[in-house]
Amino acid sequence: MTARSKAWLAVTAATGLTFLLSACGSSRPQDSLSPQGPEARKIDVLFKPVFWIAVGVFVLVEGLLVYALVRFRHKPGREVPAQVHGNRRLEIGWTILPTLLLAGIAVPTIGTIFSLAGKPAGNVLEVTVTGHQWWWQVEYPGLGVVTANEVHIPAGRPVYITLSSKDVIHSFWVPRLAGTQDLVPNRTNHLTIQADEPGVYLGQCKEFCGISHANMRFRVIAQTEDDFQAWARQQIQLPAPPGAEALAVMQQVGCGGCHTIGGVEGFGGIIGPDLTHFGGRTTFAGGMLENNEANLTEWFRDPQHVKPGNDMKIAPGGLPGPSGLSDDQIRALIVYLESLQ
Amino acid sequence: MRFQRPTATTGWWSWATTVDHKRIGIMYGVTAIVFFVVGGSEALLMRLQLARPNGRILTAEAYNQLFTMHGLTMIFLVVMPLGAAFFNYMLPLLIGARDVAFPRLNAFSYWVFLFGGLFLYSSFLLGGAPSGGWFGYAPLSEQPSSHMIFYSLGLLVLGISSTVAAINFAVTIINLRAPGMSLMRMPVFVWMTLVVSFLLIFALPVLTIGLFELFFDLRFGTHFFDPNFGADPVLWQHLFWLFGHPEVYVLILPAMGIVSEVLPVFSRKPLFGYPVVVFSGIAIGFMGWGVWAHHMFAVGLGPVANSAFALSTMFIAVPTGVKIFNWMATLWGGDIRFKTPLLFSLGFIAMFIIGGLSGVTHAIVPSDYQQTDTYYIVAHFHYVLFGGAIFGLFSGIYYWWPKITGRMLSETIGKWHFWVMLIGFNVTFGPFHILGLQGMPRRIYQYAPNLGLNFWNMVSTIGSFMIALSLLIFFYNVVHTFRRGAVAGEDPWDGRTLEWSIPSPPPHYNFEELPVVHSVDDFWHRKYAEGEGGRLVPVVAGGSEADREVSTGDHGGGGHSIHMPSPSYFPLVAALGLPILCYGLIYSTILVIDGAVTLLVGLYGWAVEPSAE
Repeated sequence: MTARSKAWLAVTAATGLTFLLSACGSSRPQDSLSPQGPEARKIDVLFKPVFWIAVGVFVLVEGLLVYALVRFRHKPGREVPAQVHGNRRLEIGWTILPTLLLAGIAVPTIGTIFSLAGKPAGNVLEVTVTGHQWWWQVEYPGLGVVTANEVHIPAGRPVYITLSSKDVIHSFWVPRLAGTQDLVPNRTNHLTIQADEPGVYLGQCKEFCGISHANMRFRVIAQTEDDFQAWARQQIQLPAPPGAEALAVMQQVGCGGCHTIGGVEGFGGIIGPDLTHFGGRTTFAGGMLENNEANLTEWFRDPQHVKPGNDMKIAPGGLPGPSGLSDDQIRALIVYLESLQ
Repeated sequence: MRFQRPTATTGWWSWATTVDHKRIGIMYGVTAIVFFVVGGSEALLMRLQLARPNGRILTAEAYNQLFTMHGLTMIFLVVMPLGAAFFNYMLPLLIGARDVAFPRLNAFSYWVFLFGGLFLYSSFLLGGAPSGGWFGYAPLSEQPSSHMIFYSLGLLVLGISSTVAAINFAVTIINLRAPGMSLMRMPVFVWMTLVVSFLLIFALPVLTIGLFELFFDLRFGTHFFDPNFGADPVLWQHLFWLFGHPEVYVLILPAMGIVSEVLPVFSRKPLFGYPVVVFSGIAIGFMGWGVWAHHMFAVGLGPVANSAFALSTMFIAVPTGVKIFNWMATLWGGDIRFKTPLLFSLGFIAMFIIGGLSGVTHAIVPSDYQQTDTYYIVAHFHYVLFGGAIFGLFSGIYYWWPKITGRMLSETIGKWHFWVMLIGFNVTFGPFHILGLQGMPRRIYQYAPNLGLNFWNMVSTIGSFMIALSLLIFFYNVVHTFRRGAVAGEDPWDGRTLEWSIPSPPPHYNFEELPVVHSVDDFWHRKYAEGEGGRLVPVVAGGSEADREVSTGDHGGGGHSIHMPSPSYFPLVAALGLPILCYGLIYSTILVIDGAVTLLVGLYGWAVEPSAE
């Protein structure tokens, strides 16, 4: 091997290593290379060996290419080379070898496809997630819980999610815990997720679903079994009714037409997320923003400005645009909403 | 009523009425390059928006329109027409013919392409460009905010252009080959043209059905894809991808054909395993029909369907890999001269290997559940479509430029173009693999700052401007050599195929005397004979002229008595009817009638005009 091709190989290896090393790191909460649950691990255990085989093929084939270019480059005085037309044995060989390699990879692939499909065994928690433009409706049929944009689960137990959509096709993706499945209107799909440990796992809609697709995000919050049960019990409690000031603002804007707040008369809308326990959620606006006063203030000033195209049109007349609400009104709203634990 | 055929041979009217495959090829090529700049500018704007998290360069609406139009432009208005440009210009020369089978149909397909592209782009000025993605999934495509009516009609028009062109090329290849050129003596580029033509003929009708149903839903209130009326929106995906997957082979096979022509010339050896390369292309054409649902692995078709398509997708990698090995064996043992056409073909091979390998990882369905709809997929298809198709097409541009223009492009500037483009391309799209695996979905106008995606997005944006720079270098090369470039002569590369046996640029009748073909690479064998062990012996110079067989009855005598098809303006008239008809379908019945009448007048004149003047 000439010095030049050695240099080429070194450059390739160094570049490859840089790429690979940059893949490590826990500061990437949505990366699919650090599985934190068994479903994601089934995928990882299949992908990583295949990836390394691909790297091996890459190094071999590109290396041969570079070698050929260096060795057989034109040198003055070289006569026209032998006019080789083919080599039947070689061609058969390099057809059969990749076929065998792929067949080898196909077997565990199909095994994993079937392993990921179908309802899991064990103490399964059932959840339904319905996609809307651009938020997630989350329900626990067995527990009578309705919430939005956050999926609380007990760590260490399989969670069987039934997926559907009210409008367009969405996709539920929490990469640390599982691969994705689409939410298709008029169809139900299923996805099993499970977290090894309590923690917050970030997710995002992966199927282009309109103007604010980029802003349709969610969190899976895994808790200990006790904490999860406590959360579920809390979710079916009714909160205290709103104070006069907050109620006045909400009636002026017409919140109840789109949102449900448990126990509050006139607040049974189903177009937007259920707000009964809004204060206890870590995010809002379809998982887009941290649930804090600054973000909520900006939101109530002009929801369209924060999240383009969303259905919350609260300018006078129910139009998109600045809401015209005063800072006092907004503060009253926020105080009430944060009290909905 | 008697229509006279136009007679102009110079000036813009001669271009508007031309039926000469060479001029049509040039028009296809120039138009495609203009659209390449437009589509590339759309990409630069998107990269500026994504350079940093929560970017504020573009609104969500603008970004979504741009990524939709970027995809539509690059696929339908750049790569396909660049392929068509080469099919048009080179096909008759490669098979020893004087023109294509249907010259006026050829002109028609170009004008329909131009008008279809302009129609699609006019949407920016008429309420906004489509923003539902180039793949147009229902039910989103049917929401008014997606403005997909220009999408449905525009693609229907462009589909007409590609369908008639495909029929034209298929008939030309089957019927107009020079005497002695059996199918297995055709250049590989011609074989790829034949496979592409059949793919288009069978795939476009499937897309047409989907587009008609979408159009009727949008305009006439039908409910083919509306879930509120019980429809299954996945039906659109099946129809779209049944077209869409063969379509990607339509995009790559012309470039593969070009690489198969360029490598032997610059290694000074024949293509290794010609029959296998041809059969692999045919196999890819057939197998490409059986993989469409690999675009739908996460839709919920079930484990049996997903497994079947996983297998078919994995195995289509085999004929593709075979081609790569055959190309490498062509280089092996050769006498390699690193001219710019070869550099781009080598770039094709190197980049296509990467794109092909990432494609195999997508076939691993469970992995695809993580990869699908992320930047990892965007990386894959840019490596095969840009690193593959575009690099291959540039190889063809540099290779055949001397034949088309009669002048050489600068080698030095060409090498700068290649290296800046190769490096810029990898700096732009290499990081997409990482971004996808690290959690960045596709088709998002902004991303949050806490996801760890900032660094590679910035790197990618820098790379995209390197690509833009490389394209400027190419344009400089074109302008710089247009009048000052070295005169090419007939055979500047010591080529193997028939186009190098005629002057550069070719006279309008191509061949003064139609050649009689005795083997693959017939022109090469007129120059050199193969001795023992495959060693080359140049044929004695005088001997080649005297011994060259020509077909009788076609003695041009300097070309003066060769009759070529006369120009016509009716293809242009007929083509003009189509966009008018489409505007009418959106806005006004009067325009529908106007467009239909224009189309019918064009077709009628085309049918009854005298065949020769």
